[in-house]
Amino acid sequence: MHDRSDKPRLAVWKFASCDGCQLSLLDCEPELLALGEAIEIAYFPEAATRPIRGHYDLSLVEGSISTPRDAERIRAVRRRSAHLVTLGACATAGGIQALRNFADLREFMAAVYAHPAYIHTLATSSAIADHVPVDFELRGCPVNKRQLLEVISAFLAARRPAIPAHSVCLECKSRGLPCVLVAHARACLGPVTQAGCGAICPACHRGCYGCFGPQETPNTASLTRALAALGLERRELLRLYRSFNANAEAFRAESERHGE
Amino acid sequence: MSLPPHSAQLLTSEGLDQLLRALRRGGYRAVGPTVREGVIAYEDIDCVEDLPRGWTDEQSGGHYRLRRRDDDALFGYAVGPHSWKQFLHPPRQRLWRTRGGGDAVQIEREPPDGPPLALIGVRACELKAVAIQDTVLLGGAYGDPHYRARRADTFILAVNCTVAGGTCFCVSMDCGPNVATGFDLALTELAAAGPPAFVLQSATPAGRKVLEEISHRPATESEIAAARARVQHSAQHMGRQMPAQNLPQLLLRNLEHPRWSEVADRCLACGNCTMVCPTCFCTSVEDSSDLRGQQTSRTRRWDSCFTIDFTYLHGGSVRQSTRARYRQWLTHKLATWHQQFGSSGCVGCGRCITWCPVGIDITEEVSAIRASDPG
Repeated sequence: MHDRSDKPRLAVWKFASCDGCQLSLLDCEPELLALGEAIEIAYFPEAATRPIRGHYDLSLVEGSISTPRDAERIRAVRRRSAHLVTLGACATAGGIQALRNFADLREFMAAVYAHPAYIHTLATSSAIADHVPVDFELRGCPVNKRQLLEVISAFLAARRPAIPAHSVCLECKSRGLPCVLVAHARACLGPVTQAGCGAICPACHRGCYGCFGPQETPNTASLTRALAALGLERRELLRLYRSFNANAEAFRAESERHGE
Repeated sequence: MSLPPHSAQLLTSEGLDQLLRALRRGGYRAVGPTVREGVIAYEDIDCVEDLPRGWTDEQSGGHYRLRRRDDDALFGYAVGPHSWKQFLHPPRQRLWRTRGGGDAVQIEREPPDGPPLALIGVRACELKAVAIQDTVLLGGAYGDPHYRARRADTFILAVNCTVAGGTCFCVSMDCGPNVATGFDLALTELAAAGPPAFVLQSATPAGRKVLEEISHRPATESEIAAARARVQHSAQHMGRQMPAQNLPQLLLRNLEHPRWSEVADRCLACGNCTMVCPTCFCTSVEDSSDLRGQQTSRTRRWDSCFTIDFTYLHGGSVRQSTRARYRQWLTHKLATWHQQFGSSGCVGCGRCITWCPVGIDITEEVSAIRASDPG
């Protein structure tokens, strides 16, 4: 076993997010002990209270950039980090809070806050990669625990993580799940969405919600034509593409084709 | 192709039940058609009651629905989303593991599977698909030992098709609807208002051995004639036709045809066609390591020529565009497969048409190219 000081130093950072992806790390339970042996968890406010200053070998970043302060803070994180991996839809595409990108922020603030003048926020919620270079983006809302361990294990072994960028359909078919779109006429984003969740929703007879964002070469226009043929209307199509990954380029462009 | 011979036997639904139980008693894991979540799936079955009694299916491009029949037929439907490759060439296959580090690395072979498989209700197109995968995975100097072990012990109860599905075109590909070879026993279901009955033919010692344990009687001439007529009827009612003459030449002289761009506009590059195709065999190999660096494993998993990573070489992917990927799939399946494996890679089962979410139809694409072929 490594001496404590020899172990790679891990930091987990939170920006605008719900903490769900950090919880996926805590949810690793049995593997957490092995993780603690392999790596020094040097900064993790969700799990510990004493921040350790200095430099980190691997930074896991959760959340999007939505305030001027965070836009500065992520640059500081990048400077402290040899490797920076983003976790989840917020950090990778701006998250559900990127719905603000399609609306008038002042209207939102006036509706929610008694004194909006005290709110210091950006007009958009954006991905970490829009602000600093990112070494790897792990998708999902939240990320998949097995994929998260794969990324950390790959980092420790200095190898490429085995995280495919193909569609959810390959996961459905590998599990032998009947296609909910073809057999049940349910709206499903699986064909344009990146795999990684293990096809959770189709396994529960639901269409895919696109939590892992666009697959490597998404043909949203063709899928939209098929969904429209099933009877989906403009507004339903807009909502389908505009959720956790609303600001991911392919979903953003497709949703705007069905905008008001 | 062989239709039920004059030596055929007659089997009742009870006899079929005895047959399934005899196979299980003989140590087989029986897998066959059963209704699950609105489709006819291939899963573990115990007895005749697990079969899709009184069900049929409605199939077209991107469309599949179960429908009730007005009789109690046990095999009155076409093929569904599953194929036997799920069992013979499974989606994930661990190849080996290692334990320890440094000089103490130990390599562990993957232990063999569980009990031998008895495949129940294998159609003519599927038998052909299994034969094609045999050529692909066992031919040449480096056969796949996992596949070989499974195939060596597999018992096959085939079924002649008496119903043609909406996307079926086995007749065009000369692969059905009656079984020819590669089975132990074959059934042809007779039309009946009452309980199902089957004309049964045996082809192997293993098939004849299991027949000794179950009740049956010689089929009458009229029963045999009725069985043949039903298979011929399904041959005349194929949902699709493939213009199959000289396909390799046609496709390979049309590699720049505008139709490839047109189909790429519709293609989702989701890979569903390759997943449901009973002959598509492509895989990728993934290595994994644990957090402590003490255990590693190598796993082979289904992959698809529609993914970018599949053709990733130094510097990038060979087939970036969907046009290039669709063209690769179709021309391999129907043209270059002949050069590589000595047959077409398509058996006319129609799964790629039904399970394409946007209903791309391989027979339609080939027809479009043929219609405007300058050659």
